[in-house]
Amino acid sequence: MHQDPTSAATAVALVAPTTELAVRRALADHGRLVVDAMDVASIADLYALGLTSHATVNVMLAVENELDVEFPDAALHRSTFATIESIATAAETAA
Amino acid sequence: MITEERPASAGTTVSAVDRFAERTALVVDIAARYADEVDRDARPPREAIAAMKEHGLLAAAVPVEHGGEGATLAELSVIATELGRACAATAMVFAMHHGQAMALWRHGGVALGVTAMIEAVRDGALVASSTTERGIGGDARRSTCAIEPDQAGRIRLRKDAPVISYATEADAILVTARRDLDAPASDQRLVIALPAETTLTQTSTWDTLGLRGTCSNGWLLDTETHEDRVLRDDYATISARTVLPVSHVLWASVWLGIAADAADRARRAVRKQARAAVGQTPPGALRLAELLVDLQTMADAVRHAAARFDQVADDPEVLESTAYALAANALKIGSSERVTDLVTQALRIVGIAGFAATGELSIARHLRDAHGAAVMVSNDRLLQNDAALALMTGAIL
Repeated sequence: MHQDPTSAATAVALVAPTTELAVRRALADHGRLVVDAMDVASIADLYALGLTSHATVNVMLAVENELDVEFPDAALHRSTFATIESIATAAETAA
Repeated sequence: MITEERPASAGTTVSAVDRFAERTALVVDIAARYADEVDRDARPPREAIAAMKEHGLLAAAVPVEHGGEGATLAELSVIATELGRACAATAMVFAMHHGQAMALWRHGGVALGVTAMIEAVRDGALVASSTTERGIGGDARRSTCAIEPDQAGRIRLRKDAPVISYATEADAILVTARRDLDAPASDQRLVIALPAETTLTQTSTWDTLGLRGTCSNGWLLDTETHEDRVLRDDYATISARTVLPVSHVLWASVWLGIAADAADRARRAVRKQARAAVGQTPPGALRLAELLVDLQTMADAVRHAAARFDQVADDPEVLESTAYALAANALKIGSSERVTDLVTQALRIVGIAGFAATGELSIARHLRDAHGAAVMVSNDRLLQNDAALALMTGAIL
């Protein structure tokens, strides 16, 4: 897997560390990734790392549970769950 | 499963290029805010009616040649469903208004009194209707009251109407009546009664299980107007070509909205259950999946009927055919039965929170409103009409 620290640094959206941690935990428990969710770059393509649409549902539920939020229908796109950062951003928007 | 890009609201089809979507959403917000109060107090959804006027939803179908936006029935169907999700009373006002308003330009002719009314609708006027009559029963295709000629082109009309929905809020009421004092009960015309020329005396109060905000009180209606306020076509034609098909499609669209919102609440409830034990599919999820199958079937029937009307809107031969009449009735009967089933399924999925009279997962108002569907224009009456027609054609549209 190729991680580019430069692009991670230039990412605009800044999410709270607790949000990101909740997302990583949800991915670790339910994402069925081929790598350790704690080590994945926040902008890495999760679908390329083994995330399936079925697993996405459980990741979403776990994030909702952990952060006590509910993703609105409008956020339920494939792209919302493409990266740790995009999931975290959606979770913070939903809060 | 999270799929590719989807419309914002699940359950119904919302086109990405829907020119009414934004304005509909604004009205939906207001309708939703007052829906419980409208229901509880059985009062008209005044705020939502004002919003529909302001945002041009009541004028949506006025043809381009009359200065309007010329919304298709398919477009109106989507609006009715979205409104129905928020407040069934508001949505029914929208639906009933269009069933009447479309008769103005499709059947009104060029008399000044009619064209002035079309302009009023273009500017936001709300149109109500008075079809049923005391002593006749629910048959809209027969009248006792008659248009009585007065002097100098003036006419008079008195009708004892067991229900006129949102009469107090309307800018005009379209009234069926016999063509003249000697005409048989079935030889009807449609007269535009304006508030300034009409006296309404309330004879009964609409205090019902559901659809309480339509305020379909009983009224004794007296109107004195000019003969140019009578639509050109006879009501048999108006009913077959416009009022009946348009009303059935839009009512069914409203019911679809009621069912879709109940399904949304069921989905929210199942998601809550799913969060409690992530990774295990809760038992409600299977019921929800089943519910969505039925909901989609209903949506397909409604939207197909709307598109079919748009295709044949200018073809009197098709609209007046036996097969078309059966199809229009089938939509009404089928969707009105389906909506109570769907809402009941949703209630079972949600459980106690759905059974509660209020709250964000309550299905109570949905269930009460849904039961209006089968009794407003009784399904049995429609089936009785169908029974005669059924012997004449086996065509499926």
